[in-house]
Amino acid sequence: MSNATISARNLTRSFGKRRIIHDLSLELKRGEVLGLLGQNGAGKSTTLQMLTGCLLPDSGEIDICDISLKKNPAQAKTHMGYLPESPPLHRELSVETYLRFAARLRGMHEDDIDSAMTDAIRRCGLESARRKLIATLSKGYQQRVGIAQAIVHRPDVIILDEPTVGLDPSQIRDIRQLIRELGNTGSVILSTHLLSEVESVCDRVEILQNGRLIYGDSSDHMQHYGEIPGFTISFGNPPALSELEKIDGVESVEQLSETEFRILHAPERNPGSQLLTLATERGWRLTQLTPIHATLEDVFVRITSENRS
Amino acid sequence: MIRLIAMREFRSLFSIPSTWLFLAGLEFILAWFFLSRLEAFLEIQPQLALLANPPGVTGTVGTSLFNTASLLLMMLVPMFTMRLIAEERRSHTLALFLSSPVSDAQIVLGKFAGLMLFLLLLIATLPLMLCTLSVGTHLDYGLLLSNCIGIALLTSSFVALGLYVSSLTTQPVIAAIGTLAALIGLWLADIGSPSAQAPWHQFSPLYHFQNFNAGLLDSRDAAFFLIFTVFFLMLAARRLHNNRIYG
Repeated sequence: MSNATISARNLTRSFGKRRIIHDLSLELKRGEVLGLLGQNGAGKSTTLQMLTGCLLPDSGEIDICDISLKKNPAQAKTHMGYLPESPPLHRELSVETYLRFAARLRGMHEDDIDSAMTDAIRRCGLESARRKLIATLSKGYQQRVGIAQAIVHRPDVIILDEPTVGLDPSQIRDIRQLIRELGNTGSVILSTHLLSEVESVCDRVEILQNGRLIYGDSSDHMQHYGEIPGFTISFGNPPALSELEKIDGVESVEQLSETEFRILHAPERNPGSQLLTLATERGWRLTQLTPIHATLEDVFVRITSENRS
Repeated sequence: MIRLIAMREFRSLFSIPSTWLFLAGLEFILAWFFLSRLEAFLEIQPQLALLANPPGVTGTVGTSLFNTASLLLMMLVPMFTMRLIAEERRSHTLALFLSSPVSDAQIVLGKFAGLMLFLLLLIATLPLMLCTLSVGTHLDYGLLLSNCIGIALLTSSFVALGLYVSSLTTQPVIAAIGTLAALIGLWLADIGSPSAQAPWHQFSPLYHFQNFNAGLLDSRDAAFFLIFTVFFLMLAARRLHNNRIYG
């Protein structure tokens, strides 16, 4: 078996005359958490629906664990767990009955169900709710049941469409922890428009805009995308602007306030240490030095706006 | 898988309060009707005894009970079929089935079997009521059997039609009204055409039930019910497949 759990090649999809997905290819490796990032209406949900077989692509191939989703859908789908945008819950059932049904529906062997179910309930923190009717649970708990049904049959690929929507901050943290854990054994694709989610859980990011993948890299790399090296610096006894400009490596200096400056430098020549020595020698009383760090938000906006123009 | 979906459907029916209400209401009406027919039969029995070939209790009470039940089912089945797929779609649970390793045909057959099991239980009370009469008289079991087969086939055709209409929409209420309209339309096509030779009769499930009701097992009628049922089940499976194409 190859290392790829999902491999999608050249997917296209139209609704009526409008083409939603253009020639999209992506691959997910075992042990990887992939974040599918995009603005509303970019085609994230459509892509995930195609990967789960809920929607057939107009053209293109999808393999789940090397099994073609087109030729052998039943077998391919046993390797997959899916949480759609709104969790598919039978509200009249208790959490336990529902999860048992979901596990059986995914073709799980009868002997394994009990232990798998207990495991899913524990991982999603549903112990206190296991006998309650789903209809009586709060939205956060319902979302957890939704995640539990996606992982109960221990699939190799877990596809989560905006998994942390409607959860409170502490639940979000728990779920992210869980997704990280799931990524260690299987592989996870999640769609989101929350950049902090990508930052904290994803190994890799693909940005989708107008149905095209416009950027794909590891999430660490993405953070440094188009970053301009530099720092902001403040002094108790600030020197003249020209003095700072004279330092070797400094490309431009901008005075932000009376005591604060922004210094940009060439990527390979960091004038930081030289600046520190000068500051002590001449008594500038350095109070703060912060490297400029682009947030993922800035990067996302930059990437998507670059592509629009 | 079919059994799993069927049992799921069957159990979920019992978790809805309105199911119990329908059950109680229907049983009450049928029992009431049964007793009133029985009373009428007892009243005219001395006169019937004077006839050369008098109709028995199965023929008078039984067939009219089944006949009434067939009309009641026509109105009740849409209430049960409306939820089958429309409700899954409305509460977004269809995705669970579509992303699971089950085919469209399995989903449709599972849903069909689950509801049929429930309705057959409901119908089973009809012969049970009549069998209580065997304490005091001799029953025509052949006629009873033909009625039972007929009403089971009739129900399956109603359910298949209802299942298909339910697969067309997101709103269960629209599915119910649509099914009811279709069934009443088919019924009217039958009773509305004056000539006995008119082709319209052939489209109506209730017309084909008449022979079963009279104790006549005709393979043409049985074939009609089977074709009708299979046709609409296939359409429903087709519609679910289209769900994956058109979203």
